[in-house]
Amino acid sequence: MAGVAVSTTINGDAVEYLCQPDETLLDVLRDRLGLTGAKEGCGTGDCGACSVIVDGRLVCSCLVLGAEAEGRKVETIEGMAHGDQLHPLQQKFLEHAALQCGICTPGFLIAAKDLLAKNPSPTEEEIRFGLAGNLCRCTGYDKIVRAVQDAAIVMKGA
Amino acid sequence: MRYIRPLSIEDAVGELAKAVGPAAILAGGSDLLVRMKGGFIEPELIVDIKAIGGLSDITETADGFRIGAAVPCAVLGENKALRQAWPGVVEAANLIGSKQVQGRCTITGNLCNASPAADSVPALVAAGARAIVAGPSGKRTIAVETVPTAPGRTSLAKGEIIEAILLDKRPDHAGDAYLRFIPRTEMDIAVVSAGVNLTLDDHGVVKTARVAIGAAAPTVLLVEEAAQVLIGSKLDEETLERLAKICAGECRPIDDKRGTIEFRRKVAGVLASRAAATAYKRAGGK
Repeated sequence: MAGVAVSTTINGDAVEYLCQPDETLLDVLRDRLGLTGAKEGCGTGDCGACSVIVDGRLVCSCLVLGAEAEGRKVETIEGMAHGDQLHPLQQKFLEHAALQCGICTPGFLIAAKDLLAKNPSPTEEEIRFGLAGNLCRCTGYDKIVRAVQDAAIVMKGA
Repeated sequence: MRYIRPLSIEDAVGELAKAVGPAAILAGGSDLLVRMKGGFIEPELIVDIKAIGGLSDITETADGFRIGAAVPCAVLGENKALRQAWPGVVEAANLIGSKQVQGRCTITGNLCNASPAADSVPALVAAGARAIVAGPSGKRTIAVETVPTAPGRTSLAKGEIIEAILLDKRPDHAGDAYLRFIPRTEMDIAVVSAGVNLTLDDHGVVKTARVAIGAAAPTVLLVEEAAQVLIGSKLDEETLERLAKICAGECRPIDDKRGTIEFRRKVAGVLASRAAATAYKRAGGK
């Protein structure tokens, strides 16, 4: 099977790769590019653990083909912190203990980042609806919602 | 398997028409990639239609709206003019999946996936939406209700692609609405659903009506008799009760884990009358 040559931008860096036509963006990120922050939970777009942002849209990378990233701008969890400086959402997730096993966390952080970019002052209900595409089996969601609320306050002040 | 990204609809149609093995059209992929992963389909050719000019745009014309086949449902919700003209269609499209899925899924894909429970389809049928089909022998425009023919099957021939969905320009005093029943608050598949589209005269009397029921038969139901009951009325209680009864009677649902036949019939009627009341209010009726 001939590979598809793809030129894309990931977290601001120009990236080129060869992938199979039926290979998902998630598999490309993890297995070809070593960006293992996005996780495979369900592989069918239900759990949100593989969330990334493509051209400003939050998507499940398991439901995007690697070939589709041609010419796009992809943002992953690896681009969220600046060096040792955590993003306010990452900091607040730590402070509020909004994670336990951590598998869902990169997806939640990316989804929350997208949510706050579009709606900097969400209500609790808007946060819960906005993050409904991300499943967490540990926290019961409440700590995650509190962390996002707190991060929103910090980010507005910044 | 081959992945191609043609730049014109003619090239896409040509590639699909000459494909020897199974071929699939990729827009948002929220159904296609799941079916590929599950082994339900193993395409030899994937035609990504997102690079084709015009397919990713919503255009407002003198006749109404043209929604390109690759426009994600999230973009429908962000289009103020469309939201104002066709709130029922937009609310139905925005009920599909999570934020992540909204960023990819399309109403054309929802239509062509041909699930009886597709959320946007009853709203589109009620709206009288049409689909522009491009194929080897040219283009034709068809009513959306003629696209799904059975669960997972459509009337599209080999090589045909829906390139856009058309919605009419709205007259004064018009409104539409869509409601579905699910056992949770979101992120679920409709147990049963209803879309209603009304236009009123200057006195608030229903002039035209279309009523569609979803997830209650192998394909979406356009219930003509229900529309006839609404026409000439001001949606008084008796009219709504008759509407509910007719819709319940027209259903041909199945018993499954989501709901029983009896439950689906009952709820179809309830949702149709509630959606009619909302559409009436949106049309300016009192």
